[in-house]
Amino acid sequence: MTRARPILLGVAGVVLLGVAWEGYKALGPADGVVVNGLTVLPRTSDLAMPHLVTMWTRLGEPVTSAAGSPALWEAVVKAAGFTLGIAAVGWIIGVVVGMLLAILMQRFRTAESALLPWIVLSQTVPLIAIAPLVSGWGSQIRFGESRWQDWMSVAVIASYLAFFPVSIGALRGLESPEKAHMELMRTYAVGWWKTLLRLRLPASVPYLIPALRLAAANAVIGTVVAEVSIGLSGGVGRMMVEYASTASGDPGKPWAPIFGAVAIGLIAAGVVALLGLVLKRYRRGEVTA
Amino acid sequence: MRSSDVAVMAAGSTATAVDVVGATKIFTVAKGAQVIALDTIDLSVAPGEFVSLIGPSGCGKSTLLRLIADLDQPTTGSVTVFGKSARQARVDQDYGIAFQQAGLLPWRTVAGNIELPLELHGTGKTARKARAAELLELVGLTDFADRYPEQLSGGMQQRVAIARSLAESPKLLLMDEPFGALDEMTRERMQNELVRICAETGAAVVFVTHSIPEAVFLSDRVVVMSPRPGRIVDVIPVALGAAEDRDDDLREAVGFFAAVSAVREALHGTPAGGAAGASAARGVETR
Ligand SMILES: Nc1ncnc2c1ncn2[C@@H]1O[C@H](COP(=O)(O)OP(=O)(O)OP(=O)(O)O)[C@@H](O)[C@H]1O
Ligand SMILES: [Mg+2]
Repeated sequence: MTRARPILLGVAGVVLLGVAWEGYKALGPADGVVVNGLTVLPRTSDLAMPHLVTMWTRLGEPVTSAAGSPALWEAVVKAAGFTLGIAAVGWIIGVVVGMLLAILMQRFRTAESALLPWIVLSQTVPLIAIAPLVSGWGSQIRFGESRWQDWMSVAVIASYLAFFPVSIGALRGLESPEKAHMELMRTYAVGWWKTLLRLRLPASVPYLIPALRLAAANAVIGTVVAEVSIGLSGGVGRMMVEYASTASGDPGKPWAPIFGAVAIGLIAAGVVALLGLVLKRYRRGEVTA
Repeated sequence: MRSSDVAVMAAGSTATAVDVVGATKIFTVAKGAQVIALDTIDLSVAPGEFVSLIGPSGCGKSTLLRLIADLDQPTTGSVTVFGKSARQARVDQDYGIAFQQAGLLPWRTVAGNIELPLELHGTGKTARKARAAELLELVGLTDFADRYPEQLSGGMQQRVAIARSLAESPKLLLMDEPFGALDEMTRERMQNELVRICAETGAAVVFVTHSIPEAVFLSDRVVVMSPRPGRIVDVIPVALGAAEDRDDDLREAVGFFAAVSAVREALHGTPAGGAAGASAARGVETR
């Protein structure tokens, strides 16, 4: 029962969203709601707001009218898998870098005062600005025979967004042990390293799980946006742009990659939740961040 | 082998367990105000001796214990543990400590918490398990080995902390009101156990308590302290007999009550001149 509850609530939320969509579409003004020349709510035309049924049935139809074209949902699943893979790489890099930065900052006060402002500042640089930089630098890198790939640039950008919550959350977590526990370790005369392994890292888990969840969301968003700005095809980001151009004749189609992106987000959140289950015993007294 | 170990062996059992000489601890609090937590304390604890510290809240009992444990350094004076500096004794793991609060790691089971010092110092897994089982038996928590601290009552947690402090069979035990959270029955049982453990291991104990009967029952000597500034006002020798024949009967013996009232008098500072005179008569070192 207690387990079913969040699932039921989740389903109820989705249903509510659908009802709101169709309700507004049926009852709202055809030209949308405009305040002082600003469109606050969209038009209710089939073009701007296709019926849910339209979006759904469109998934089952072929991508294009060309012969041998796969069903739209198959194309979306493939693209979503591609994007998810890159996001996962970005997330892992982000988590590793974020953890290392947090440990470094915990270990050396000077590192904290030197790094922390830059870490915070790094997140104010817009993605659009770093995307060309990263692919530009990447194109100059070679590993023997193989060359830097565009997907690597995307993964780097995803990690750029993912490392931030991890470094901040982990730093807070690493500094969370109570004085009594720190003194206990001191009476055992163990060094920084063992204190890190046996006390600081376990104590940081309650701070880390919410940070990892944020990092996962950031990695997915970063991947989708970077796919667009770097022009990497194969993922849902590029697919969104492509399909949007066909929207006038095929209003259901652009929604397919959006659903794909949502599914990626859900899977990413699920993976973190699973990780949280594995680390359950370290999460007594979880902090909500 | 560390050179310090050799030094201790050379010193043999002649080295006192704890030697505090003229130790003063001054805390500087906000706006430069100073708190004299300890004022020129002299205290010496022989190997295997049980010494209790008793006194009103804020008289510096915990602070004195922390100096011995090298969790704080004296402002002036010196602290020697088994003939070495307090720091060296800590590094050599010469003492076990149980704090006022249990301080268990919430993500470790009861057994895992007891094994923590052994694990940190590289004891093998099987040896660790065996030792934890032994100690769990001792504190009567065998059935709770796989529970987590949050699933235990405060008293049970404190017993786990005591078991943890005993894990490496230290020659010196530092205990800060370890039985404060226990009910009277468990408390007396733990006191009996502690007397037995000390007899078996020959460990010296510095024991902080607020309970006069507890101090008298457990101790060879009771150190009475007074606050502002933290001083030793009297040292009452109790010596109610060898550890082996200290049992519940002792709690009703005449000598027990005599010692209890002696401590009480010293604690309340009455009769005024009498306390000093009485202690001088007993040949007790007073500051
Ligand atoms: N870290 C500190 N900073 C400032 N003052 C301190 C500090 N630790 C202790 N003191 C002060 O030193 C004095 C002695 O404190 P201590 O904790 O040793 O008392 P205690 O005898 O253990 O009391 P209790 O019986 O309540 O545990 C108190 O006045 C306290 O305020
Ligand atoms: Mg205290």
